[in-house]
Amino acid sequence: MPYRTFAKNGAEVKGEFLGGCQAPVLARFVGKFRAVESRCRGDRYVLPYWRLEPIYDSVPGLRLRQLPRFSALFAAAYGLFSSPLMAQTEEVRSVQNIFNPTSTPAQLINDAGLLTMLICLGIFIIVTFLLFFGVWRYRRRGSEDDTLEPPQVYGSTAIELAWTVPPIMIVIVLVLVTARTVGEIQNHQPTGNPIRVRVVGHRFWWEYQYTDDKVTTANELNVPVSYLSAPRPVELTLESADVVHGFWVPELSGKLQAVPNHSNSLWLQPSVQGTYVGNCTVLCGEQHANMLLRVIVRSPDDFQRWLDNEKKPAQTPSEVDAGRHQFLLSSCGSCHAIKGTEASGTFGPDLTHFGNRETLGSGVVKNDESNLRAWLRNPQAVKPGCLMPNMQLNETQLNNLLAYLKALK
Amino acid sequence: MAQTLIHAAPAEVHSAHAHHPELSFFRKYIWSEDHKTIGLQYLFTSLFFLLVGGLLAMGVRYQLAFPNVPVPIIGGLLPRWLVQESGAIAPAGYNALFTMHATVMVFLVIMPLLIGVFGNFLIPLQIGAPDMAFPFFNALSYWLFLLSGLVILSSFFTGSSPAASGWTSYAPLSSHGAYSGAQLGQSLWCVGLFVNGLASIAGAMNYITTIINMRAPGMRMFRLPLPIWALFVTAFLLLLAVPVLSAAAAMLFFDLNFGTSFFSASSYGQPLLWQHLFWFFGHPEVYIMILPAMGLASEILAVFSRKPIFGYKAMVFALIAIGVLGFIVWGHHMFVSGMNLLLSATFSFSTMIIAVPSAIKTFNWMGTIWGGSIRFTTPMCFALAFVSMFVIGGLSGIYMASTPVDLFIHHTYFIVAHIHYVLFGGSLFAVFGAIYFWYPKMFGRMMNETWGKIHFGLSFLFFNLTFFPMHNLGLNGMMRRIADPTQYDHLRSQQPINVFITLSAFGLGLSTIPFLINFFYSMFKGQKAGMNPWESTTLEWTVPSPPGHGNFDVTPTVYNGPYEYSVPGMEQDYLPQNQPAPETARIAAH
Repeated sequence: MPYRTFAKNGAEVKGEFLGGCQAPVLARFVGKFRAVESRCRGDRYVLPYWRLEPIYDSVPGLRLRQLPRFSALFAAAYGLFSSPLMAQTEEVRSVQNIFNPTSTPAQLINDAGLLTMLICLGIFIIVTFLLFFGVWRYRRRGSEDDTLEPPQVYGSTAIELAWTVPPIMIVIVLVLVTARTVGEIQNHQPTGNPIRVRVVGHRFWWEYQYTDDKVTTANELNVPVSYLSAPRPVELTLESADVVHGFWVPELSGKLQAVPNHSNSLWLQPSVQGTYVGNCTVLCGEQHANMLLRVIVRSPDDFQRWLDNEKKPAQTPSEVDAGRHQFLLSSCGSCHAIKGTEASGTFGPDLTHFGNRETLGSGVVKNDESNLRAWLRNPQAVKPGCLMPNMQLNETQLNNLLAYLKALK
Repeated sequence: MAQTLIHAAPAEVHSAHAHHPELSFFRKYIWSEDHKTIGLQYLFTSLFFLLVGGLLAMGVRYQLAFPNVPVPIIGGLLPRWLVQESGAIAPAGYNALFTMHATVMVFLVIMPLLIGVFGNFLIPLQIGAPDMAFPFFNALSYWLFLLSGLVILSSFFTGSSPAASGWTSYAPLSSHGAYSGAQLGQSLWCVGLFVNGLASIAGAMNYITTIINMRAPGMRMFRLPLPIWALFVTAFLLLLAVPVLSAAAAMLFFDLNFGTSFFSASSYGQPLLWQHLFWFFGHPEVYIMILPAMGLASEILAVFSRKPIFGYKAMVFALIAIGVLGFIVWGHHMFVSGMNLLLSATFSFSTMIIAVPSAIKTFNWMGTIWGGSIRFTTPMCFALAFVSMFVIGGLSGIYMASTPVDLFIHHTYFIVAHIHYVLFGGSLFAVFGAIYFWYPKMFGRMMNETWGKIHFGLSFLFFNLTFFPMHNLGLNGMMRRIADPTQYDHLRSQQPINVFITLSAFGLGLSTIPFLINFFYSMFKGQKAGMNPWESTTLEWTVPSPPGHGNFDVTPTVYNGPYEYSVPGMEQDYLPQNQPAPETARIAAH
């Protein structure tokens, strides 16, 4: 089974395997895994069951035999519901499913999800078996059957109670798990120094305002990795400038709507470095499908370097001055802001450190020279329906602008 | 129990019908006030819309499997709102396709098929009444429904895009023409749904009055066949939920055209209000579309198992419980809109509680077939398929009820799989079963069994091949309503599944052909059906096929419950409702 890459960039990681992560949910019912539960939080990433390395020993006190024997079942459920066709792309985490969590809220959701799935799977197997058995066993076997009389059963209080009470009990269990999980996610008190980011959905891109640091950027959300020893939760406030959008990075958190005239909050606490892809999940118009987002989880030092750089105004070498003039001349500044110039529009993404971004047009293509050239020549050809018009630039203007934008580091 | 007004003098009612003058062609087939003709009008109209909705679905699937590939052969003929210059489907066109697919299927196919067709055809026949309480309103209801269908259909031909903001039409995307690019289309959508709502309300009012007031003597509430109970509960849901949608559609229309701002982002509009209004209608709507199917399937299961329905009263109370609970669960559609903890836990709880009556129904269906002598006719195959598909759709519903899990799977293909398991595998399979079952009563001829089995086999196979893999896509992170999955790094690897689903969907589309051929061929060349080809007990089988105007020559008197099959001590293995039990028969007191 192909699986995603491990943490890169020399991340400091300690791991445990998938089965182990289920311990917290079950622990709530059997009570004896409490010790495991407390150790399951925090620094870790998830390995598939069959790729278990002795690395789990690096979590002090966590032993394989302490974990519930259900692990194999979880692994089977995982195998069943993950596609055999999944393939790996190298750069970005390619497989996104809820069984692959790398952030605390995602982990909690994963636990509740697997429990729900197991219960449903159990019911499904029992009911379907009974149904098929009943249909096969009680089929009509020729006309002599008609003379025999099927039992006259109008009902049976005992039997009906027997199949009413268990569903009620299952419902109660599920409701309690649900309430507890939701409570843990929503009533969370951030420990450590949280990063507060205001996320504003626009048609069809994302704006991020780091409110404590007065930094505004777009489409790529940069956050630090959060260690158990030094937790750095990220608190997002979701808003929208026009229609309802949905913020979702599957491996980091559940999805949440960004609604106009209303603000919602969400938190992330990613424990593994890397680039996570996400997208808008609420239909928001023609280019809804191209409203992607990325979350880049950096090491704390790396993140600080990035943030310090973002705080600075744009500084470009004098050889691209022609491009800067062109930028202002073509009224780009009425929609886009570049700190340190007169350009201060807020209708489109802030371009102050545009050169550092990985992608263009809210993740639609990679940010390289040929793509940027195509974008500047006619954005509508790259992302039809986006709100940036074709600026009708000639070749010289285009070259100047290209050089300037690339230099915005 | 309730002795009724109309039946206070049954003889006069009967004689009035017996001397009915011959009706003109117009009164007989166009503006007919006969519930049977109206039922058939609904049937033909909604089968036509089924084809329209199916074609739209094929377009949706084509785009998902082959994005940016020009549509072969007809690509050049397609309108500008749908395709790019190359002939491939445009993103905005794709949005319009799935919006209209869902709108057509929900409002013009499933609802009228279940409620319009079987409500109209069965209620008077099964309760022993000559017609509906308000025949004029009944005819009006059909013509309003047809009008709403035409309004919605007309939005394809305006030259601009039809509604393109999803069948849920979340504001402000839907409330500003500039946002969705479909000012006119969205306005027509509002008008269409408003008119459709009027039709539903007129129908529902009629059903409730008829069932309460016009039951034949002896037809106590607990002797009503289960389809009637289901339609009765459904009619209350319609009456309470549909006006909310009508009001919301009117407000949306004002926002779009007259500059009000109920839902818009500017001027203190409340976009969340739309979601509340829509889902306050939308969740009861889900039960509006499944309860009648449950009733129809219950009937078919009992007939072909040759056994009384297991737990009749439990079935009735489960129907009522689902209906009532259906009104307090709409919030589970909005967990992802940022609902607070207490509220979401409450909605989660109320939603999961619905699993209990649903489980009771499922187990009772199994209790019904258990120990029976099952006859695998086409209607029975569809009814059994309904039960098994409903189990899958119902269980995947529990995922949505659990808030934290919902946060992950909401807006993904998991939801798409779930809704199709309930609405297609559930409602539509039950409708197919019911059409095969009541066809002899409607047209006086049997549908062909062989072709019916072929239709069943193909649609059951392709249905599962189409929709089961969607669970997988959803769990792997594929969102709903994206025009081109291949542009996502994390979805590119899933594309083979998308191609597979599309090919299966084409198969599913083609599997309708045997049904259509069978349907129209049997109408003229089918084997003649007697009065009671399935040896069934309910009242409609005691009159000729098709029944004459006024249904019953003599108002029937009802002596038994609806499912007296294989009665011990009787020659015949079934006891019609209008026949007193012979001395020798040992039946339970009912």
